[in-house]
Amino acid sequence: MTIDLKTVKHISKLARISIDDEKANKLKGDLNNIFEFIEKLNELNTDNVQALTSIAETTLRFRKDEIKSENIREKILKNSPEENKDFFVVPKVVE
Amino acid sequence: MSDITSQSLFELTSNIKEKKLSSEEITKVFIDRAEKSKKLNVYVTDNFEKAIDQSKKFDSNPNFDLKLPGIPIAVKDLFCTNGVRTTAGSKILNNFVPTYESTVTQNLWSQGAILLGKLNCDEFAMGSSNETSFFGNVQNPVGENLVPGGSSGGSSAAVAANLTPVTIGTDTGGSIRQPASFTGTVGLKPTYGSCSRYGVVAFASSLDQAGPMTKNVRDCSMLLEVISSFDQKDSTSIDYKRNCYSKELSKDIKGKKIGIPKEYRVDNMPDEIEQLWKNGISYAKDCGAEIIDISLPHTNYALPTYYIVAPAEASSNLARYDGVKYGFRSPGQNLIEMYEKTRSEGFGDEVKRRIMIGTYVLSSGYYDAYYLKAQKVRQLIKKDFDDAFSKVDAILTPSTPSSAFKIGEKTNDPVSMYLNDIFTVPINLAGLPGISIPAGKDKNNYPLGLQVIGKPFDEQNILNISYALEDKINFKNDISDWWVSE
Amino acid sequence: MSKNSEYLIERENKQYEVIIGLEVHAQVTSESKLFSQSSTKFGAEPNTQVSLVDAAFPGMLPVINEFCIEQAIKTGIGLKAKINKKSVFDRKNYFYADLPQGYQISQYKYPIVGEGKVILDMPNGQKEIGIERLHLEQDAGKSIHDIDPNNTLVDLNRSGVALMEIVSKPDLRSPDEVNVYIKKLRSIMRYLGTCDGNMQEGSLRADVNVSVRLKGETEFGTRCEIKNVNSIKFMQMAIISEANRQIDLLEEGKEIDQETRLFDTKRNETRSMRSKEDAHDYRYFPDPDLLPLEISQELIEKIKSDIPELPDEKKKRFIDKFNLSPYEATILVSDIETSNFFEDVIKNSDVKLATNWITGELFAVLNEKNLEISQSPVSTKNLSKLINLIKDGTISGKIAKTVFEQMIDGDQDPLIIVKEKGLKQESDPKAIEELINKVIENNSDKVAEYKSGKDKLFGFFVGQAMKESKGKGNPQLINKILKEKLNG
Repeated sequence: MTIDLKTVKHISKLARISIDDEKANKLKGDLNNIFEFIEKLNELNTDNVQALTSIAETTLRFRKDEIKSENIREKILKNSPEENKDFFVVPKVVE
Repeated sequence: MSDITSQSLFELTSNIKEKKLSSEEITKVFIDRAEKSKKLNVYVTDNFEKAIDQSKKFDSNPNFDLKLPGIPIAVKDLFCTNGVRTTAGSKILNNFVPTYESTVTQNLWSQGAILLGKLNCDEFAMGSSNETSFFGNVQNPVGENLVPGGSSGGSSAAVAANLTPVTIGTDTGGSIRQPASFTGTVGLKPTYGSCSRYGVVAFASSLDQAGPMTKNVRDCSMLLEVISSFDQKDSTSIDYKRNCYSKELSKDIKGKKIGIPKEYRVDNMPDEIEQLWKNGISYAKDCGAEIIDISLPHTNYALPTYYIVAPAEASSNLARYDGVKYGFRSPGQNLIEMYEKTRSEGFGDEVKRRIMIGTYVLSSGYYDAYYLKAQKVRQLIKKDFDDAFSKVDAILTPSTPSSAFKIGEKTNDPVSMYLNDIFTVPINLAGLPGISIPAGKDKNNYPLGLQVIGKPFDEQNILNISYALEDKINFKNDISDWWVSE
Repeated sequence: MSKNSEYLIERENKQYEVIIGLEVHAQVTSESKLFSQSSTKFGAEPNTQVSLVDAAFPGMLPVINEFCIEQAIKTGIGLKAKINKKSVFDRKNYFYADLPQGYQISQYKYPIVGEGKVILDMPNGQKEIGIERLHLEQDAGKSIHDIDPNNTLVDLNRSGVALMEIVSKPDLRSPDEVNVYIKKLRSIMRYLGTCDGNMQEGSLRADVNVSVRLKGETEFGTRCEIKNVNSIKFMQMAIISEANRQIDLLEEGKEIDQETRLFDTKRNETRSMRSKEDAHDYRYFPDPDLLPLEISQELIEKIKSDIPELPDEKKKRFIDKFNLSPYEATILVSDIETSNFFEDVIKNSDVKLATNWITGELFAVLNEKNLEISQSPVSTKNLSKLINLIKDGTISGKIAKTVFEQMIDGDQDPLIIVKEKGLKQESDPKAIEELINKVIENNSDKVAEYKSGKDKLFGFFVGQAMKESKGKGNPQLINKILKEKLNG
């Protein structure tokens, strides 16, 4: 199968990465090369194979329902691109 | 006493404990050398001033019971370090200063180590040559304009160039072992779940593992002993009894069964790699090991599987870099435009390429054909190893299909770049421990490595085998200080 | 259901049926969040209950809260549902300002709870609503659009709070059924203590799936999902408005697009939420930071043994044991607090009187003052005392109402009120006879009229006697003696 320009643009939209036509064309070529190489998997019949869900040889551990009640707002907001002492700030969202 | 920077971790700790050297003395020597080694571009961020203060502090009240008493160590810039900028080699985290510490680095500091600085790496650990870093490529001390491997390229170069006694890297598909192989150093990727992923910038969660990168096997065992720990904060961390790897280190591998997988004899493999492998096999025999031919039939499918699983996980793991909470933001008229510009300008080409692959393989209508298929093949690859390990104790292979290549040589051909990891990727997919040790040189005098793969949690065994082989191989890295400016 | 109670929307000789399914998001009552140790407490200052994990800092990892798992299992048992011993947490990928990870951890293919059911008590009988599944997921943060005119502000206090998403089958057919369904679900969870059901604080919200079809049709129509409606009233309004919108489209011969819509409460209409270009593609895949969730039979058994009596069982017991009507029982069990109140009152007093007083006088007062039963101005202790005063004839029902009015003011003891105000009922036959004699003497003309056949006047004499007793005369005794005197 081949990935066309429209698909490249759709994927970039889903991934929230803007790309211009030149980049999209370059990516189209790269992705097709990579997928050609990935298609090798189709040689294998995996109908009766159970998909691997985790490689860690253990089961999910549970944590107690306890609060570590420190207010770290200052730390949380310290690295934010737009300064505000109470909130994260993003461009106006119109729903 | 030999030059301080060329001493092994073992020697340095002994010298500190015997009060032959002070932490300050050692720290200063490494800093001096770093100042003269800027050409290698190993550091993204240094911590020199604080390091000196800390070394003085150590010396004023030394605790020699610690495993890394006052030892200065630089780490890959993928580990979050409290108060010290952490970039993951990306523009998008260019100004990010964590307020927290990764468990693995915390383990280092708890044993007395001192942070020297943060080492260059491929952006978000995606790369095999350190050329995808926003902070520029790293020079391999082995030769000018040669890549140090990747993604832990700053780390491998720093160890090989005596800029840090040891370091830690991360390995998702070979990012510790391949650069170790390219620089004539030792690198170990532990069993998945051995080293906590807490505070390590994530690339592909089901594959990522931190591990030691050192000058020799003994140092490797010492460092693994410190960083490997059970951590409640990582749900994939495994609670098992870890060995005292350095204490239990032994060259006695008599009777060990070592498997040689025929599928690793790939097309167009250079003769020198073939020869290296043969030498390794005969050394193992010399040590009393039993050599057994084995088959890992799905080896050829590992790389395509990896290039579905890793980008899929990465596409989701990197969604948090959206310009909202931290890191780089490019202004936009609205939220979506802000996202798209931030991520377009903040990520480099290789990262974007992988996010695109990952987004595509998970997208509606393709999930079963790609992601689910890959998880099934991953099961088959794991089963290959399970079967093999019912017959052998460890597996011996080359670490890489070639030696270090020139900077720029493969940047325009992603697939040929990906092929670098052909021998290392299956081990990550199966969650196994693997170590690369320097084992010889090619015709250009560039180092080549051999890989020893073990059963889950059997790090001690592969360390012992490597320790025995290292002794026989007696590798000497031939590095002139060509980059040093006075 | 009988035909005449069907909810149908009419258009020129055509009748449309409305098909409704609900995805209820119920906040788990836990101290800390699903995957982090931040507090879930409502109403804190913005971003003060946010950990590094909740804000998705690099390298942060989720660790699951055991209590939330237990609460989900408990709720599943309450919904008579299958508990899945193995379930999987998936990532639902999408970008939004209040979704710091860029994905929500949820359960997609393998939820923790499978199929179950909820029984609705409708005026004309019971109806069973199927439950498709229940799964655990993280809540998002909050985007605030009205503080800063130029920007949207983000508060992550809610980010990562545990939600149970309870998905019904498309079995609901009217706004009334939706009302009863939500209340029943809420009641079950409150009995179990797994969700406080507080809709004002957002602990219970729902996405409403609506489609329409001509009556008699068996295929479903195209459905639209109305997102995040936070009150029953709005759900009902949204359903009616959306069903009518869809019917209008069909009547005009147009197609209905399957889409997500938003309910505008001010304009009472739904509108399309996201542009088509942004067609959802959540790219679900198992979260590699978490392993599959495995639940042991022991844990399920342990939780089962802790399950309290639930509304349906309690209702049956109330009917069987206390001889209540199904209607009365339904009202009394509808809320755990009410049923506890009732059972507390009847420990020491008459069941029939207690039922009437709670569902009558007490509910009227609560309604009027807009109080929950937990805030009742009259305690169970004093209400049972009042009931006993009626039962043993100390006061009449009418006097009891006067006493009750006073009790409301600070939960006063009815015994003291009766004593202080001298409200004790006059039940001495001699005293009653005396005052009746007085009434007969004073109204000889009326007595003559009565005796000549004007039976209706009996009530007049009762009233006069009661008046003479200052309201305290025992009504039964007055009746009895009056009859003897007048008819004798």
